[in-house]
Amino acid sequence: MSSSNQHLENVSRRRFLKTAGIVSGGLILGTTLPSVAPLWADESSSNELNLFVSIRVDGQVDIICHRSEMGQGIRTGIPQVIAEELCADWDRVNVVQGLADEAYGSQNTDGSRSIRRNYQRMREMGAAARTMLEQAAAKEWGVKPSQVYAENNFVKLRGSTRQLGFGELVKSAMTMTPPTTETLTFKSPKDFKLIGKPITSVDIHKVVGGTTEFGQDVRLPDMLYASIERTPVVGGTVESFDEKAAASVNGVVKVFNMPARPLPALFNPKAGVAVIASNTWAALQGRKQLNVKWNTGNNGAHNSEAYLDDLTSKITTKGKVIRKSGDAYLMAGRAAEKVSATYTMPYLVHAPMEPPAATAVFKDGKCEVWACTQTPQSAQQNVAGALEIDKENVTVHVTLLGGAFGRKSKPDYVVEAALLARETGKPVKVVWSREDDIQHGYYHAVSAQHFEAGLNSDNRVQSWIQRTAFPSISWTFDTRVDEPQGGELSLGFGDMPFDVGALSMESHKAPGHIRIGWIRSVSNIHHGFALGSFVDEIAVKAGKKPHAMWLELLANDRFVDPATEGFEYGNYGDPKEVFPIDTKRLKNVLNIVVEKSGADKSTAPNEAWGISVHRSFVSYVAVATKVSVVDGKVSILEMHSAIDAGTVVNPDRVRAQQEGSMIFGLSIALLGEISVKDGAVEQSNFHDYQVLRMPQTPKIETYIVESDAPPGGVGEPGVPPVAASVANAIYHASGQRIRDLPISKHLRVS
Amino acid sequence: MISFTLNDKPVSLDADPQMPLLWAIRDMLGLTGTKFGCGIAQCGACTVHMDGQPIRSCVMPLSAAADKKITTIEGISEDNSHPIQKAWVEHNVPQCGYCQSGQIMSAVALLESNKSPSDKAIDDYMQGNICRCGTYPRIKAAIKSAAGNFDLAKNVGGDA
Repeated sequence: MSSSNQHLENVSRRRFLKTAGIVSGGLILGTTLPSVAPLWADESSSNELNLFVSIRVDGQVDIICHRSEMGQGIRTGIPQVIAEELCADWDRVNVVQGLADEAYGSQNTDGSRSIRRNYQRMREMGAAARTMLEQAAAKEWGVKPSQVYAENNFVKLRGSTRQLGFGELVKSAMTMTPPTTETLTFKSPKDFKLIGKPITSVDIHKVVGGTTEFGQDVRLPDMLYASIERTPVVGGTVESFDEKAAASVNGVVKVFNMPARPLPALFNPKAGVAVIASNTWAALQGRKQLNVKWNTGNNGAHNSEAYLDDLTSKITTKGKVIRKSGDAYLMAGRAAEKVSATYTMPYLVHAPMEPPAATAVFKDGKCEVWACTQTPQSAQQNVAGALEIDKENVTVHVTLLGGAFGRKSKPDYVVEAALLARETGKPVKVVWSREDDIQHGYYHAVSAQHFEAGLNSDNRVQSWIQRTAFPSISWTFDTRVDEPQGGELSLGFGDMPFDVGALSMESHKAPGHIRIGWIRSVSNIHHGFALGSFVDEIAVKAGKKPHAMWLELLANDRFVDPATEGFEYGNYGDPKEVFPIDTKRLKNVLNIVVEKSGADKSTAPNEAWGISVHRSFVSYVAVATKVSVVDGKVSILEMHSAIDAGTVVNPDRVRAQQEGSMIFGLSIALLGEISVKDGAVEQSNFHDYQVLRMPQTPKIETYIVESDAPPGGVGEPGVPPVAASVANAIYHASGQRIRDLPISKHLRVS
Repeated sequence: MISFTLNDKPVSLDADPQMPLLWAIRDMLGLTGTKFGCGIAQCGACTVHMDGQPIRSCVMPLSAAADKKITTIEGISEDNSHPIQKAWVEHNVPQCGYCQSGQIMSAVALLESNKSPSDKAIDDYMQGNICRCGTYPRIKAAIKSAAGNFDLAKNVGGDA
């Protein structure tokens, strides 16, 4: 691919040193941050071979991770790939967190694409640096490069005991011309020492010692702390507030009316009033005295219950056709049996354990920011825009992220810190409370789905109608958008992989009223729940075992191409030639979980298994869940998941993501609900926005399909099949079909 | 002026006695291993030990810490050598890591009070600590494997 050549050509030493200098920008501003900037404390001593690889004369290998670490293990995974091809000694690898810098390419750590989009590129970075080290050794020994090879931080001479360490070679290697992509050689997977191995996370020792630095933990000399009371209604503005009362609280330094921006919401801070103090507690106390009166605007009329009733009603009528084959309505009329069902899900919020936080300094027209952000470049651009300065004058340090799940892709909180830093002339940390996080999120859309299947006299599906309605993420960026967009319909809806005869896929209008955003697996959450539940409902009607029903619908091994039926399928931005919708892989993961779990075997009374399988982020995941339902109380007993994500870099982290996805999915299925009244979110903290706790967590088993296919996504694909597997299990255990989440509205959850 | 012992060192603070201990530790004493998660004792991220007992520092007023012995994550060992910390590494427990200080402080307190807890006992004791990444199965496994080594841990941290 031509892009890879560009990557290497972009590897300009001058550019990199400039970047490295900015890393210690804390020093420029007269501040130090021990755990953020130890990385290049003496950058001149690390010798850069390319944008991602530098080596010190003592042999320490400094590898840039340009993606954000939020628990998925990317600060281990990316260096694993580079170090593999570099032939570095893993014990000599030091991971350096990259600043916001477009030289790295996209740093948007979302969409389950850090490995998917960087695997080959990172191999190239490692291989290119290794080649330069080999060339340096060959020159030193006066031999051809083919006579030397790199191994474990040394370059060795074939047929000899002579060797030189990477540290000894690096100064000379820096003078070598970087190789072109075409000339690079790569390791054979059978020789991998790091890729495919369960390497321990590079940050684990700091985590268990409590010395990591998250966004909430940043400390700068003379730093002030801010807490902001924000409009409960999107588009609302401040009418009045009691500045004097807030300012009189001990420790409060300043009260500041945040600038209000008109809709669309974008990543702008919401209108509100900031209380800036000498510590967090004082800021929170001052905020309680503000007594803000709001102008609520149009969205103050939004009530989620009535809104969902409206979606549920319109979803039973024909909508806008987005994919079609034959005449589903005609065939439905001829069906021997019909199955139909409507499914709904409420709004959801991310609730990462670390509420958003950002710290900024503004000095001499430049802004420096430390933030737990998934999107450092977007943070940089938005800060620059809000301060009306060039983005070159905004430095963004990425701290560790205490969970994110999509919330920290939206840098509204980073902009808040920047505005307050400019206002005060001092470093300011904006601390979001849990209430702020729950009530001022970018929410997963409330939704309704409707399915109708017609069965022929042999109990085989001959017609299929499916509809979806939910407010679009795009509304957040353009309030004229009033229906699901193609990108969202590509997430588990328009890519439905079944062989069903005549079909009609439709969407309905649904205007936005609160900030809609992406949460771990996005629209796959509701589409996966509805589709996975509906298959089970057809199985019941047709008198078939769910496993057999899934296999029948998935039909023969083939690649499904929604374009042939008129749907322009996004495929997660990846080419369908490389990442087709492969029914064989869907069936394979399903067969694995059924076999391993014993989900097709009989169970004790009041207990049952439910299954589901879903492709998302070009990976394939099946889930089998066992529940018991007794006296109106559901317990999750056991979960098994199988993932086919193609080539896997770190199987232990993939396993961890699957475990986490099961638990995240259970929170959604069992407990998750955000409701909105008069435009304002009603929930506020973990007592009324509940998430799964340890006693509710079942035994979890994970199976990873061994594959040499190109890497697929891992962080998100585990979530979509969970809710359907649980609802299906509940049906088979109790006869109660739950179509409206969360399950806690229907059953007690233990 | 409120005085107490923090990780075996005497400290004194001139601060609002109503300020939760969490903010005193984080903002005023500069130890950020103890995390803010909810502010209402719902999530356990802020768990520290007071005279050896686990408490939620986000709702404990500073005044209540007077003359007490407070231990935070930074104080349970000098070098991550506490059996719980070693078990956490062995099982590769953390994902994002944010809740883990609180999880570890609760787990240490659990094993101080019950050397070989059952699954049920672990569930009951740890239910106040939320992990959004979903590390519960590994936390449970790590607690069990640390339980086997816990005699070694006696008197390592806090007022054990």
